[in-house]
Amino acid sequence: MAPEPPLLTMSGITKSFPGVRALDGVDLEVLAGEVHCLLGQNGAGKSTLIKVLAGAHQPDGGAITWCGEPVQLSSPITAMRLGIATIYQELDLVEGLSVAENVFLGHEPTSAGFVVRTREARTGAAALLGRLGHPEIDPARLVGDLSAAHQQIVSMARALSHDVRLIVMDEPSAALDPDEVDNLFRIVDGLTAEGVAVVYISHRLEEIRRIGDRVTVLKDGRAVSVGLPAKSTPTRDIVAMMTGRNVEYVFPERPGPGVRATAHPVLKVEGLARKGEFEPVDLELRPGEIVGLAGLVGSGRSEILETVYGARRPTAGRVLVDGKPLRAGSVRAAVAAGIGLAPEERKAQALLLTESVTRNVSVSSLSRFARAGWLDRGTEREAARAATRELSLRPDNPEAAVRTLSGGNQQKAVLARWLLRGCRVLLLDEPTRGVDVGARAELYAVIRRLADEGLAVLLVSSEVPEVLGLADRVLVLREGRVVHTADARELDEHRVLDLVMEGSPTS
Amino acid sequence: MTQPAPSAQHHGPEKGTVTGPAAAPPSKPGGGMRALGLRVDVRNLSLLGVLAVLIAVGGFTEPDAFLDTGNLQLILTQSSVIGVVTVGVTFVIISGGIDLSVGAMVALASVWATTLATQDFGFAGILFTAVIVGLAAGLVNGVLIAYGRMVPFIATLAMLASARGLALQITDGKTQIVTVQSVLDLGLPDSYVLGIPPLVLVFAAVTVAGWLILNRTTFGRRTVAVGGNAEAARLAGIDVRRQRLYLYLLSGLCCGIAAFMLVILSGSGQNTNGNLYELDAIAAAIIGGTLLSGGRGTIVGSVLGVLVFTTITNIFALNNLQSDVQQIAKGAIIVAAVLVQRRTLRGSET
Repeated sequence: MAPEPPLLTMSGITKSFPGVRALDGVDLEVLAGEVHCLLGQNGAGKSTLIKVLAGAHQPDGGAITWCGEPVQLSSPITAMRLGIATIYQELDLVEGLSVAENVFLGHEPTSAGFVVRTREARTGAAALLGRLGHPEIDPARLVGDLSAAHQQIVSMARALSHDVRLIVMDEPSAALDPDEVDNLFRIVDGLTAEGVAVVYISHRLEEIRRIGDRVTVLKDGRAVSVGLPAKSTPTRDIVAMMTGRNVEYVFPERPGPGVRATAHPVLKVEGLARKGEFEPVDLELRPGEIVGLAGLVGSGRSEILETVYGARRPTAGRVLVDGKPLRAGSVRAAVAAGIGLAPEERKAQALLLTESVTRNVSVSSLSRFARAGWLDRGTEREAARAATRELSLRPDNPEAAVRTLSGGNQQKAVLARWLLRGCRVLLLDEPTRGVDVGARAELYAVIRRLADEGLAVLLVSSEVPEVLGLADRVLVLREGRVVHTADARELDEHRVLDLVMEGSPTS
Repeated sequence: MTQPAPSAQHHGPEKGTVTGPAAAPPSKPGGGMRALGLRVDVRNLSLLGVLAVLIAVGGFTEPDAFLDTGNLQLILTQSSVIGVVTVGVTFVIISGGIDLSVGAMVALASVWATTLATQDFGFAGILFTAVIVGLAAGLVNGVLIAYGRMVPFIATLAMLASARGLALQITDGKTQIVTVQSVLDLGLPDSYVLGIPPLVLVFAAVTVAGWLILNRTTFGRRTVAVGGNAEAARLAGIDVRRQRLYLYLLSGLCCGIAAFMLVILSGSGQNTNGNLYELDAIAAAIIGGTLLSGGRGTIVGSVLGVLVFTTITNIFALNNLQSDVQQIAKGAIIVAAVLVQRRTLRGSET
């Protein structure tokens, strides 16, 4: 490479959030005109890093230089003025404004400082859209009326409306069809030919091979490799770097297959599908069995759980408990049949944060403690307490507000809710998200014990070792399709990651 | 109840204000919990403090007129109609909703209950009609919101407009005088049931019932759950829509009862009845500590809020201050109360 300094150098970037060290000394170096790929598992720190780069988060430590000069990205505006634009995964467009208005939002061409020169904005937007290969998008249309792919183009046009020298794209291909991806790559090529640098985040290795120049791999908040050649580094090495683990989790012993193999399945899923989210899935769950769904964000794993639970209405297929089909799309039918869900977003979807532990645990079983609507609060409290004690929830105080508990204990409160309800099928979506490492082993033991006591557990996790360590059987998902089913003991992390990223085993 | 149970923490303010520190959780409460209990106490204590100050002001400026038993009785009586409405509205707000139509529902129920045709059926006819009309209007609100997925603000705003219109149509703008003697008797200043003015008795009964429903029944628990986190409530297997329907029905029922009380009080039915009750009821609930975003609120707080407003009106009237000054004072109290609550709330959060 030429002796001119890299466009961007980040060194030793650290960033902590309460309870989490999201970035633990990350280095990144981006050259002008290159496509630099950022890889890492969920939670490796990619999002935090690009937010630091966009000026949205302030790092706790480390240095950033831009064109050889030390800089501080103290706000998104500062980053934008330097020429750093970020296209987030969640598009940040205003649906009620036109394409042109979105493109120039915040820096509209004006007369006398406040009258927007609409025509100028439209011509400008049209020029940018043309440059992006989409002259057919009308700058006067409302963004809300556009397809997801076109919205992404608008988002990119907005980035280019600034004098941009570095564009960060966070999983830009996730919402796109294959030919739209081809167009995206043409755009990226065009940009780099003009000397613009692109930081490209994707889970799809084949894309990185196609357009990437260099790769930086993040893991547990650190860069484990900086600037590897994107085209020639073997997949196996990349996967190894993504998975190489510092923390060994302790997983509980699996019991022998004895009882499980012979028992009748309590839950049966037949051809369950939701258009656009996941293709028909079949699975059976026996009492005492833990089945894991492994896959990346967007692979449809959470959607499958929520559809089984009735929180989403399937477009095909059905769910049976004890051979009896459940009413489709009804949470109440699922709960009545003995299914419980510990959802992915514990705080938003499961907990009443300001309420006490007791009230959170009893909320699904209220009628059990009531006669004609009147609650017997003594019985309620005792029953809830028995459930939380069985899971060793700390503190052992039924009046404590759930908000004050640790992540692990909040999760136990959710599990206690279903234990109290006497549920027979437990759906766990990312059960250890937000749970610190020390508390995980305990949670794993709890889940296994519940299974040993006869519960059937369906587990979703983006942490492959968690699925492999805890589950008896694993279904591997990729982009809404089950690509592999196997006994957990026959799989290892590399193989699962290969399947998850490329759809077929490599090596 | 030998022990203050779960509700002592969140809905304990009622207890706290009645029994004082005894309502504190029994066994080794955690730090956050103590702060929470404290905040809840402070909130209602501050409202009690405001009430005490008002009584002092009233007693000081107009000692004879204000502290007269008859006047205190008047304050309670004047509080009773809006108080019953406020109890219903408090439930709706705790569930994360809003009911802007309460004043209009009171008007509609009161005029429907006082048409000549209804009065033919006497006392029972008037009472029955008022309650049924309130329930029916609440049912429409509830169905639109719960099953028609309308935003509560919009649905009840529409009800506000149409119920007022219907009330005007029924009365043709005329005051409908009540001729049923048994109804009129209850409104006489010297009428007492069990030694208490009948309207105050109804108010007390509705307050106690509201407190019990909120704190001691599955209905109350589900109301708080829906308001605190509707998605979590749904995923926990609660029928959120049906709960919402019931809540607007409850608000309608309270309006029906309030309409009957208003008929007793005024001896007539008018389409202008219950004017701006929606604002008074919501304001009382808010200064009583109910979160407009839902999930938290108390019946005692709301009732205290009503008493504060009525007492101000009373004192101002005794001191010959006009209603413009009253309105300004009301606004100032709402702002002050919310600011104080925000501070105590923030203080308790980590």
